[in-house]
Amino acid sequence: MKHAAKKLGLMLLTMLIVSFLAFLAFQIIPGDPTNTLLGSEATPERVAALRAELGLDRPFFVRYFDWITDFVQGDFGKSYSYSMPVADMLSGKLAVTLLLAAISFLLTVIVSIPLGILSADCGGWFDRIVTVLGQVTMAVPPFFIGILLTYLFGITLHWFTPGEFVSPGVDFWASAGYLVFPAAAIALPRIAMTVKMLRSGIMGELNKDYVRTSHSRGNTRRATLYRHVLRNAVVPTVAFLAMTIADIVAGSVVVEQVFAIPGLGRLLLSSISNRDYPVVQAIIVMMAFWVVLVNFVADLINQRLDPRLRLQ
Amino acid sequence: MSERRRNLYLRVGLAITGVITLLAVLGCFWTPYDPSAMNSAEMYASPSLRHLFGTDNFGRDVFSRVMKGVSTTYLISLATVALGAAVGVVVGALTGYFGGVIDDILMRVNDAVTAFPSILLALVFISLLGFGKYNVILALGVAFIPSYARVVRSEFARHREMNYVKSAHLMGATHRRIMFVHILPNTRAVILPTLVIGFNNAVLAEASMSYLGIGVRSPDVSLGYMLSESQSYMSSAPWYVLCTGMTIVLLILGFSLVGEGLQQEGR
Amino acid sequence: MKKFVSLFLVLVMVSAVLCGCGDGSKKPGAEWNKGYEQRKLNNEIVVGIAQDLEDSLDPHQSSSAGTREVFFNIYEGLVKPNSAGELIYAVAEDMKLSSDGRTYTFYIREGVRFHNGQSVTAADVVYSIKRCADTSGGAPLVAAFSAIEDVKVVDEMTVDITIKARDLDFLSYLTVAIVPENAADLATKPCGTGPFKYVSRSPQENIIIERFDDYWGKKAELSRVTYKIYENAETLVMALKGGAIDLCAHLTSAQAKQLDEDYFQILEGTMNLVQAVYLNHKAAPFDNEQVRQALCYAIDRQQIMNFVADGHGTAVGSSMYPAFTKYFMPELTDYYKYDPAKAKKLLADAGYPNGFDMTIMVASNNKPHVDTAEVVAQQLRAIGINVTIQQVEWQTWYDEAYKGRNFQATIVGLDASNMTARALLERFTSTHSKNFTNYNNPDYDALFQQAISATDDAAQTAIYKQMQRELTETAANLYIQDLCDLVALREGLTGVEFYPTYVLDLSTVKFTK
Repeated sequence: MKHAAKKLGLMLLTMLIVSFLAFLAFQIIPGDPTNTLLGSEATPERVAALRAELGLDRPFFVRYFDWITDFVQGDFGKSYSYSMPVADMLSGKLAVTLLLAAISFLLTVIVSIPLGILSADCGGWFDRIVTVLGQVTMAVPPFFIGILLTYLFGITLHWFTPGEFVSPGVDFWASAGYLVFPAAAIALPRIAMTVKMLRSGIMGELNKDYVRTSHSRGNTRRATLYRHVLRNAVVPTVAFLAMTIADIVAGSVVVEQVFAIPGLGRLLLSSISNRDYPVVQAIIVMMAFWVVLVNFVADLINQRLDPRLRLQ
Repeated sequence: MSERRRNLYLRVGLAITGVITLLAVLGCFWTPYDPSAMNSAEMYASPSLRHLFGTDNFGRDVFSRVMKGVSTTYLISLATVALGAAVGVVVGALTGYFGGVIDDILMRVNDAVTAFPSILLALVFISLLGFGKYNVILALGVAFIPSYARVVRSEFARHREMNYVKSAHLMGATHRRIMFVHILPNTRAVILPTLVIGFNNAVLAEASMSYLGIGVRSPDVSLGYMLSESQSYMSSAPWYVLCTGMTIVLLILGFSLVGEGLQQEGR
Repeated sequence: MKKFVSLFLVLVMVSAVLCGCGDGSKKPGAEWNKGYEQRKLNNEIVVGIAQDLEDSLDPHQSSSAGTREVFFNIYEGLVKPNSAGELIYAVAEDMKLSSDGRTYTFYIREGVRFHNGQSVTAADVVYSIKRCADTSGGAPLVAAFSAIEDVKVVDEMTVDITIKARDLDFLSYLTVAIVPENAADLATKPCGTGPFKYVSRSPQENIIIERFDDYWGKKAELSRVTYKIYENAETLVMALKGGAIDLCAHLTSAQAKQLDEDYFQILEGTMNLVQAVYLNHKAAPFDNEQVRQALCYAIDRQQIMNFVADGHGTAVGSSMYPAFTKYFMPELTDYYKYDPAKAKKLLADAGYPNGFDMTIMVASNNKPHVDTAEVVAQQLRAIGINVTIQQVEWQTWYDEAYKGRNFQATIVGLDASNMTARALLERFTSTHSKNFTNYNNPDYDALFQQAISATDDAAQTAIYKQMQRELTETAANLYIQDLCDLVALREGLTGVEFYPTYVLDLSTVKFTK
């Protein structure tokens, strides 16, 4: 428990650093937001008035403090280009991206874990095919998989209608049905990596002494595998899967574009192009928090799975 | 794992990489056609001896464009790796070797940053710096620094305690000499595969960014840019999408096999 | 045994994943039509558009052609254009012009209702006109309304509009939207008198409109229309091919070619835009007339049309498109005949023997403009100019290039908000708020003043023609064409009418039974 508290503290510290770096970057580099808002030919009075309205006339740390306190309360400021609160713009899109990430993660887990175990367990030709296919799959960029999936399942087979995305609030199952395809595009390379990871984890574990001991006590190879080895081999895989979540988020930014899904990624890109910094900042920090949080949870799960780590 | 298998990874990887590299190098100096020359008489020509990969909607030769695209992607990725690795190695070496408070702080920052998918990080930089080829290099290079720094740091921290370093110390070698003449060459078994993986990540990131329209811009051609361009013509010129996509796959596959091979050699 | 069980389980999982939500036995045709059949039952369609509406939905604030195209179905003025380009009465049912040509008396049509249920009264009309003529924020929202002297309510259903001097074009500007006087928030809740009423909007996703059942005129055929926004030209084609969109205008011929003839009819009209490489006259080297002329000689318009629209489209030589038969001057089209050698020479004379670097900014959602940019860049490279194409999101283009005037060159199509030459030509006067090219020519400004104060139609037309000639001779911009407008319409739908302005009238679109 003490360990968890320490980890929690570290997580909060990391979040603080991330948010500070993001705030710093968006304060220093883009220059004066009044320029973006009013154009270069605005009168000094209007600029001064806007600066006061945006709070730019106050010291840096005060602004950071205000921003971060607002942020944790769900107030992300106001968008420059759409004059509405950033939180309102995000709310609908967040659900879409979360659903996409969740499906993608689910796919990764339910396909890769059995496949990894079987590959290690069966060996032989099955193992070899999985390994070769895995190597190739890892090399295919998700957006290329997306294009191929759209063409194959969308345009040739008509299993889904590209571009006819329904938001999950309107019809959850239709939405999820559409998202399966982009989720698969993101998941495929991750599946290949996870399978490889799990397989080599199991192989490494099988060479250890306790496995031999177990054998000598008359347990079959398979019994040892499922009763002892898996438990140990799965630990690094869980950590890896947690990291995969971060990658899935990144992958969704690109893949949303391929499938015309109005999610966070789409919003992030257009905001980057529009230099709508409050939106970019909010999305980036939110994604970062999420990633840090997921890593924290993965850490805790690892603890439960591997008692040795509790002592560290 | 058998010796034969290990070599197989490296051999196949080197073969694929060799072909792609040849295309890339050649693409810098010579292509069968001018990659941006348009020809209204040969729009949507399917692959033939005249046009190995066919032509696109402007009648441009896809093979020439792929050559040009590979060399752009290649160069950007190399520059990115060079930038990221140069800074990453120095930072990692210093923090790993000396340790202390700076190490703690930097590593905490590093953790915060590496928690973050590098492409998102690159997007942030792009949004702040603006678009274009050189900004892509800068953004990706900076985004990849932490991943190198982390690996190098842990290697240096490990080697610091080793006897050969201690004896070098006793013989009066300077810190700088120990770091870069004694330790660095000994870490290559770990750093080399990291560089190769880094190269692959750079290829993927550049392709993604150009695909999203925030990477290179016309008249520069990169594989990701071509993929977004060709997507509209999936049914009238499928060869454009497929040839471009497969080239990216081969580029990444080749390097990942080489990386795999190197990693196993090092073990 | 266990091995087989687990293998079987994996196979089931994998195939479940691959099949998505159904069995793999569906016939493509039936599935393709599923969404469409449902929409047909509901009497609704999906229209694909490449750009989002502006941030504010206020009809008087909007300035992009894409927004106007949608608003045409929601708002009406006292008068409105029909598909032949003539003005017909809309909110007004009759009008009298005083003998001095200065006072317009409008009689408001009985039974015209706003979408909120209120009847239109004289007060609403006066409010709407005054709102557009208001100068407290600088220039009035409609520049031509600075000529208004007085707007007043005569009785409940009659309005008098008095202008300072006789103006032949003034009536055309009364197509400006009539809005309710007490409208609370037009920027987010549009409320007009058109055949469709606004339902909802989700930025970057869609805009939904519904048939307005109390419409005064011929009611819309469809009960509901969803505009879906595809800011990415690639996904737009995918969506069309996949069957998510029933109607989509402004396609390139390459895009149209991808569509299956069994499912789509491709209608061909004109876009009614002046497509050109618009040059920023404050950005070097385009402040130099000789440079601009050199560039004009380097552009091969026929080749552009060949690549972008299979040779369709009409070349133009000035800021006027052919639908304006009264003003269009075909003789200007070949004023600069394609001649790269001459272009090179002019460039050398201007002090750029080795060419220069330039950047063309273009909105990435607009495939015809993007493709044109590629071809233009290639043509300019032939005379030694190193062109970079900067593709940006539409919103960025609008803020940076159009509003911020922060660009070197850009390709876009400029449309006319109404059927007057003024709507196309006024924007190049030096002080006009939408003169984003910073064109500054005192002669041109003087001609414009003469034109708007002209009292004789023939004389005015002659001056407008003179203005076009001025634009051409000074090589104000690299004029290209009025694009051919390819509209993909789902088989089973009919009723798309082409207008001489950049609008898409949805009230006549219907399902064939």
